[in-house]
Amino acid sequence: MSKALLEISGLVAGYGHLPVLHGIDLSVKEGEIAAIIGANGAGKTTLMMSIFGNPKPSAGRILFEGRDITDLPAHAVALERIAQSPEGRRIFPRMTVLENLQMGTLIAPDKERYEDDLGHVFELFPVLATRKDQRAGTLSGGEQQMLAIARALMGQPRLLLLDEPSLGLAPLITRQIFAAIKALNEEGLTVLLVEQNAYHALKLASCGYVMVNGRITLSGSGTELLESDEVRRSYLEGGASSPSADEAKKGAKA
Amino acid sequence: MEPAVREKPRLLPALWDAAIAAGIAFLLFCLVLGVRTVDGVYGLTLQPRPVLLAVVVGIVFFGRLALNLFWWDRDWRFPPLPFFSRTAKDAKDRAPRDIYRVGLVLIGFAAVFPLLGLVLNKVFGANLPLLYLIDLSILVLTYVMLGWGLNIVVGLAGLLDLGYVAFYAVGAYTFAILATTFGWSFWMCLPLAGILAAFWGIVLGFPVLRLRGDYLAIVTLAFGEIIRIVIQNWTELTGGPNGISNIPEPSFFGLEFAFRGDNTFHQFFGLPYDAIYGSIWLYYIILVMALITNAVTLRLRRLPIGRAWEALREDEIACRSLGMNTTTTKLSAFATGALFGGFAGSFFAARQSFISPESFTFIESAIILSIVVLGGMGSQLGVAIAAVVMIGGFEALRHTDSLQLVFGTGFDPTLYRMLFFGLAMVAIMVWRPRGLVSTRQPTVTLNKDAGSISKDLVSEGSG
Repeated sequence: MSKALLEISGLVAGYGHLPVLHGIDLSVKEGEIAAIIGANGAGKTTLMMSIFGNPKPSAGRILFEGRDITDLPAHAVALERIAQSPEGRRIFPRMTVLENLQMGTLIAPDKERYEDDLGHVFELFPVLATRKDQRAGTLSGGEQQMLAIARALMGQPRLLLLDEPSLGLAPLITRQIFAAIKALNEEGLTVLLVEQNAYHALKLASCGYVMVNGRITLSGSGTELLESDEVRRSYLEGGASSPSADEAKKGAKA
Repeated sequence: MEPAVREKPRLLPALWDAAIAAGIAFLLFCLVLGVRTVDGVYGLTLQPRPVLLAVVVGIVFFGRLALNLFWWDRDWRFPPLPFFSRTAKDAKDRAPRDIYRVGLVLIGFAAVFPLLGLVLNKVFGANLPLLYLIDLSILVLTYVMLGWGLNIVVGLAGLLDLGYVAFYAVGAYTFAILATTFGWSFWMCLPLAGILAAFWGIVLGFPVLRLRGDYLAIVTLAFGEIIRIVIQNWTELTGGPNGISNIPEPSFFGLEFAFRGDNTFHQFFGLPYDAIYGSIWLYYIILVMALITNAVTLRLRRLPIGRAWEALREDEIACRSLGMNTTTTKLSAFATGALFGGFAGSFFAARQSFISPESFTFIESAIILSIVVLGGMGSQLGVAIAAVVMIGGFEALRHTDSLQLVFGTGFDPTLYRMLFFGLAMVAIMVWRPRGLVSTRQPTVTLNKDAGSISKDLVSEGSG
């Protein structure tokens, strides 16, 4: 439980000449849920994307199971068995649910396990089983999010990256999705979660990072962060007048 | 559904509306159709054509009146067409089987049509213009094959390619040059032409890997023009604007279709000479080539690579995050599409026995692309139907004498081909914006009645 699965050190990345990440240090231990919280524009999604090599990091290193994956192209990163449910879900709308799930098996090392994996994700998200022959574009937002996670799981990943799984979803659906993430983690899957929904994310996470303006400003266990004043002011109680919230907003604008 | 209570249209507003439409039509057409420039003694003079103008304005007036009175407020609807129905249930339950059946019937008809015509003509003495019909069918089938080839790039992989004719040209010139320089036969050159075209597909693919949509379209358009201009100016190799002539036709297992020769088809079988045999042979070649294109496409769609193309069309970023190598996937789509374009090109050269850069202008690319778009991107049957309608339909315009009764004897419908072309496109885009046959058939299901398919896929690794 203590070995670091993903180790990011001094990561700098950006778009063109505009740096977004200014030296990120972060590690995700095997079997845990790590959460990154932060306001809009803090660089959370950029961090997720640069793990997949787009944008390419200009400095720093990303180690996965001790191997350097910093300069690998996106598909090669995925072949290391890192699966991603990207921001905005990005399912294949004109393909059926089942076909979407099959696209997830590209990186699966053990193709024989296909039927077991399929049964597993249908158990986790029963609604997908009832919609398996339906075009994915006709699903509701929550179902699409479930499909995006399920598709990532079909690759039998070691590490699951989730970018804003609660984006635009009703509270009830959000709770379902977080319950599923928890269940997956209890089966031994390591999860790196990026969220704006700080309360849910930190409650779930064994380890949390607060990101402001392209830097990690605070880290600690999930409960520690939940109780820290800064997190409470900026992300939990809507304290718009508090100084750190203003700082976070400036970060969002920059 | 409860019948909507509607006020019946009154005659006066309808007349008023029609009169306004007729007025607009008059303003629009009074210079376009109402006068004509004629080469007179003192240079160009204007010749008024009041009758034609009156007829057109009259058509607009009465047409609009009829629409007002009987169409826009009608209480009835068209019954749904059998295999074009749009409801989700129909699409799921019936469309795939119906499409399959229609396809089989069309293939069956295409397979027997020339032989049937031959028997009717030779045995029963019918007087069908068979040579003309078969030549036209060959043309249509060439476009069906090109449409299916481009469908891989545009319909499946979603890469908008405006320069597809380049690969057609590469295939045609490969065969023409090899055949006239080294005397190689059609069957030897065919694979070479395909491979060379596929190679150029990859060459085109590399620089455009990062482009999508409009930008990709512009670069492919330029690529098509580059190939044509190179052909036009590389006189030593391609003959330049003079083209290449005397390209041999494909032989029938070594037998020529010539009138005179050592090894001619009609002498071998003891038949009197008839040009129709050569045409029928060409017809079957292109039919088989087109069907191979179709079979390969349908098969590829069920394989991981075809699924990858479709996923690429849907969302490239998602593909990359799922571990797909989008570079090779895109290049393979370009190469496969170009391969079939090259095959079709060398068939075209063999059939025409003369090629020049004139045959490979941008309008060809545009026609092939509109066949794919009108037919329904990704739909094999739709593309075939669109090719028949677009190529065969415009040819049929030559024989519409009835239109001359309306527009006068000087009316030549073929001059208005592009107008009809545009009308057809507007109509399709208004009523069926995703193309004629727009239902995408899932390549895999878990239903019990389709169990064999999903099992088949599972055993392949299904990814």
